[in-house]
Amino acid sequence: MSKKYIGQPIIRHDAYDKATGRTKYTDDLCDRGALVIRVLHSSIANGIVKKIDTKEAEKVPGVIRVFTCFDLKEKHYFPTAGHPWSTDPHHQDIADRLIMTDRPLFHGDDIGAVVAEDEVAASQAIRILEKSVEYEELPFVLDAQEAMEDGAPQLHENYPNNVLAHTEIHMGNVEEAIKEKGLTKVEGWYETQPVQHCHIENFICYAYGEGDRTVVVSSTQIPHIARRVIGQALGMDWGKFRVIKPFIGGGFGNKQDVLYEPLCAWISIQLGGRLVKLDVSREETFVCNRIRHAIRYHITSWLRKDGTFAARTFKAWCNNGAYSSHGHAIAAKGLGAFPQLYPCDNIDGETWTVYTNRSVAGAMRGYGMPQASYAMECHAEDCARAMKMDPLEFRRQNLMPVGYVHEFSKNELYADTFNQCFDKGAEIIGYYDKIKKYKNQKGDIRRGIAVSTFWYNTAVYPIALETSSCRIVMNQDGSVQFQIGETEIGQGADTVASQMIADTLGIPVDMVHPVSCQDTDVTPFGTGVYASRGTYTLGFSIRQTAELLKEKVLEAAHQFTRMPVYNLDIVDGKIVRTTDGRELMTLGELALSKLYTTDGSQHLTAESTYQIKSNAYSFGCCFAEVEVDIPMCRVRLLNIVNVHDCGQVINPMLAEGQVHGGMSMGIGYALSENMLWDEKTGAPLNNNLLDYKLSSFMDHPRLVGAFVENYEPTSAYGTKGLGEPPACPVAPAIRNAIGYATGRYINELPLSPHTLFREFTDEGLINDSFAEEE
Amino acid sequence: MDRQYKVVHCKINGKEVEKIVDMRASLTDMLRNDYRLTSVKKGCEVGECGACTVIIDGEGFNSCIYMAVWAEGKEIWTLEGLTGPGGELSDIQQAFVDEGAIQCGFCSPGFIMTSWEIVNSGREYTDDELRKALSGHLCRCTGYENIFRAVKKTMLRRLGKKKEAELVNSQGITEYPEPMPFK
Amino acid sequence: MYDIKALYEATSVQHAIELLQEHPEAQILAGGSDVLVQVREGRRAGVELVSIYMLDELRGVSIDEEENIRIGSLTSFSHITNDPIIQKYINVLGEAVDMVGGPQIRAIGTIGGNTCNGVTSADSASTLTAWEAIIEITGPEGVRRVPIKDFYIKAKVVDLKPGEIQTAILIPKSSYDRCYGHYIKYAMRNALDITTTGCSVNVRLTEDKKKIERVRIAYGVAAPIPMRAYTAEEFLNGKTINEKNIKKFSEMVLEDVNPRNSWRASRALRRHISVVMAERALRDSIEQAGGVING
Repeated sequence: MSKKYIGQPIIRHDAYDKATGRTKYTDDLCDRGALVIRVLHSSIANGIVKKIDTKEAEKVPGVIRVFTCFDLKEKHYFPTAGHPWSTDPHHQDIADRLIMTDRPLFHGDDIGAVVAEDEVAASQAIRILEKSVEYEELPFVLDAQEAMEDGAPQLHENYPNNVLAHTEIHMGNVEEAIKEKGLTKVEGWYETQPVQHCHIENFICYAYGEGDRTVVVSSTQIPHIARRVIGQALGMDWGKFRVIKPFIGGGFGNKQDVLYEPLCAWISIQLGGRLVKLDVSREETFVCNRIRHAIRYHITSWLRKDGTFAARTFKAWCNNGAYSSHGHAIAAKGLGAFPQLYPCDNIDGETWTVYTNRSVAGAMRGYGMPQASYAMECHAEDCARAMKMDPLEFRRQNLMPVGYVHEFSKNELYADTFNQCFDKGAEIIGYYDKIKKYKNQKGDIRRGIAVSTFWYNTAVYPIALETSSCRIVMNQDGSVQFQIGETEIGQGADTVASQMIADTLGIPVDMVHPVSCQDTDVTPFGTGVYASRGTYTLGFSIRQTAELLKEKVLEAAHQFTRMPVYNLDIVDGKIVRTTDGRELMTLGELALSKLYTTDGSQHLTAESTYQIKSNAYSFGCCFAEVEVDIPMCRVRLLNIVNVHDCGQVINPMLAEGQVHGGMSMGIGYALSENMLWDEKTGAPLNNNLLDYKLSSFMDHPRLVGAFVENYEPTSAYGTKGLGEPPACPVAPAIRNAIGYATGRYINELPLSPHTLFREFTDEGLINDSFAEEE
Repeated sequence: MDRQYKVVHCKINGKEVEKIVDMRASLTDMLRNDYRLTSVKKGCEVGECGACTVIIDGEGFNSCIYMAVWAEGKEIWTLEGLTGPGGELSDIQQAFVDEGAIQCGFCSPGFIMTSWEIVNSGREYTDDELRKALSGHLCRCTGYENIFRAVKKTMLRRLGKKKEAELVNSQGITEYPEPMPFK
Repeated sequence: MYDIKALYEATSVQHAIELLQEHPEAQILAGGSDVLVQVREGRRAGVELVSIYMLDELRGVSIDEEENIRIGSLTSFSHITNDPIIQKYINVLGEAVDMVGGPQIRAIGTIGGNTCNGVTSADSASTLTAWEAIIEITGPEGVRRVPIKDFYIKAKVVDLKPGEIQTAILIPKSSYDRCYGHYIKYAMRNALDITTTGCSVNVRLTEDKKKIERVRIAYGVAAPIPMRAYTAEEFLNGKTINEKNIKKFSEMVLEDVNPRNSWRASRALRRHISVVMAERALRDSIEQAGGVING
């Protein structure tokens, strides 16, 4: 196989359309005659809907129908997580949602819906309905550890103390190990906050009847899973639904849950298949979609004089919000990472996933690892300081060593990735000079620099099914269309797939056409994109399918050239005799001849599924340089560099883009983003883009993304996960840099002026007693 | 009560047009629904994200919080208007393509319109000024980095500074000689 | 599509006043960056609106015959920032309104709307308060002028009677002559944000540049409406420019600032920042005025 396109910065296939504005997203495709659905949300954080008087709302001109939770004749509970289905009922996601519920568990839960001729009528009816709901209010709880206390409000029947799941790991014997003489104990609590994905296109879907089926067009990362969940939610055969995914305006994990497609499909069916559109507002997106879990950690380490770990413990309480969504998977990922990143013989770890009356947490870029990385890398820094070691050297000494093999996943660290990434990042940002220069500063404005790393892997094997399917169809001119189950959501999956196909088939990349729109009637089965799996998993099925097609092509070439297949190859779109390099015919001539020959006409096409039974570590690091204006309690990020080893970089331009995006999300996570609820009412406080502080263009410095490339041996094209890792190490790097500048190492996020003011006051960095009198 | 409608005459993408619009319509509604200019995106509908930005009489506005009837007599440009008759990309569109400034593409139309306003000004913006001029748009995919590169390069090329434009990508690490107190 | 009952478009100031009298329930729509957002949120859904946005006669900056700077109420933030008169005489106002939201908001947002919404966080408000602006109001009874401190009555309530619209904001010569000022917007991010606390300071120095002839300092979000810190001003007026006096002035603002606790920011943080901002804005203003800090 040639490597003509792999490794090249090929411009993404949809760039032209997106630069001209002709790309069609869900709302652009929906017929303007669509009826509009607005959802009625609970205005209490926990309770029972006793009654909804719909009479006044129904009178609003333009209102077609008002549905309430009492209109559901059959209750089909459904899961929302975009996980592969499990044939083992014990491994299936918890089915705890109804399309409308009379038992709201958070402020914003879905209790009814209005269908109207236009958005104004729908909104008017919703405002009337909001005043027409009779609730029985129940006490609510917003904090995970409080929710676990006896006597706390219980959300779900079968989960005492609101514990969705609790898992433990034990290695060696911590109790014995800490008896060793001369150990230093380092202990810390680390607190992370809830944040939201904030893709610029809100979730939207529309549904209509076609024959005896319902078509749902949806801005989703997981069309095939969405079809299954719609079937479950409506208690109907899955094949009764067809889900189409056009271009989508960002997902980041939020569109990896199936939230409103079932309600939209149900309403269309109630109205005899009429076209109905459900366009979620920004305010609803914050509250009624998914958020990142707030997780609280307690980590203790016992260190020997040489800075090695004798024993470690880890506890994490994961605030899951009101419904299961992804269940325990996110908390479990962090727990699983803990003994791997800094291996130690004696480890106790446990984690709880806990229901609370908050918005539901689910998948978000990093899947629990931005949180766990924050805790683990704050703690690593604290350990290094306690041992008076250089933080970078401390990490080099204690991180997972080359050759480490994880027993369960069989993941192996094949190369010296951590050190290579550290070296590269340190050189780019000038770490060693700056760490000397910024030592022991005085004054109001100080600078700091620091590093952080993280643990990540690729895809979901062996926790869940990994399967990938691909179809490649050859046209009469020798060009091909291909379809894959790994969804294009802006990350560039279709473009890297094109590069792989071009190299494997031996044709120019402009002869490879992705079918970007996914349609469960047409696209081969796939579970979508999540877990940074896309480039890794699609590689397997693409390689297999492209080779199948190539075999068929060379068979056909044998028919027309009379040469043996073993002396033939495809090079640059031509059939070439390998013995002398002569071009015998173009692929176009071949495809045309094969289709129209009167002797064995054949449509050249291949399709196959590959089940992946491997996974791969994907590591890297972040260096951050900050300037802290202490009196103003403000941080200015001066420079930031992420270095990643995602194996073979298929497309450096797109890979860099992934790194920038993750870094940006990490910057907001570190410094400003935070979702807030009113402690008294459980109502959301800042569910809009003004009050929720997504970092703006002016809050970013230049972003530097760099790579070291160690070919991944388990992979079809040497590549491995990159989508999520860049978001993981940013917040702890910034925290550590602020600590280096000021001496105050802060154990909670975000590092906003509110937090800094409190911490700097405690540290005595700000000592204006007058500001404190109240 | 009876609905109010009004004939709105304006120039959209260089062409004089008129349509009867509902007085309640935003300019986003009019452009998307009446003129099918779907590059104008809805991201928040309250002027916070910038996805619906169009150029009105030379200045960028969030069309979602601009009444359609205010378009009367105005000259409006949307992304559809930047592409040449044969599908040729303008320099700023081409730069967004070449620099990888587009990922999911949802914020891109608004960003390109503001960028077009910037490069049309003929001014040389400092890096901080560029960031400020682009700060009315949110993007969650790119971290703004490649958008910054695309705009800065196009600005410099328009000013005849080809060499400086080529250096943009390599300027990732910035030296800050002086402390910068917030004020 | 906005949920509005009716939109009446005014073709002149007189017409706007007539429309407001004809439709007593109607609210005034200027640039819409507040009103339309509140309609969208539902807080003002179903309202009748009188749009004055198309009244170009209310746009522009000039110097009137009394040598006042006259800013038409519909002048957008971006036009104020770029206006040569503003840049020459009261640059700080141009800088302050250049920190509102983002560029697109500054293109639509008007200084009249920014003051008439009666919001303490408005970025123009503290500077206009510090420069003792005069609000010109036109109504059925004719034109009247109100000092800005009287224009703000309480949070979200200003002195606009039925049928009245704000038509201009005036800065008297006595207010801007030989004055130099600086505004600090303290917010949680560097763009697209509302002010956590804002501080606008301006000074006029004595001929020898050694003393403060007059200092004025105003805050947004230090009280329900924009406010001056008179105690600190009185202390510094006539004083020598030195470190001790600057520090004392900054700390004395706490005699007057009275912010509240809210989920957006604590009272303690706002008080602390008020002091830091006072000092930094004062130093900057003195520097612009050519003053030197002696010891």
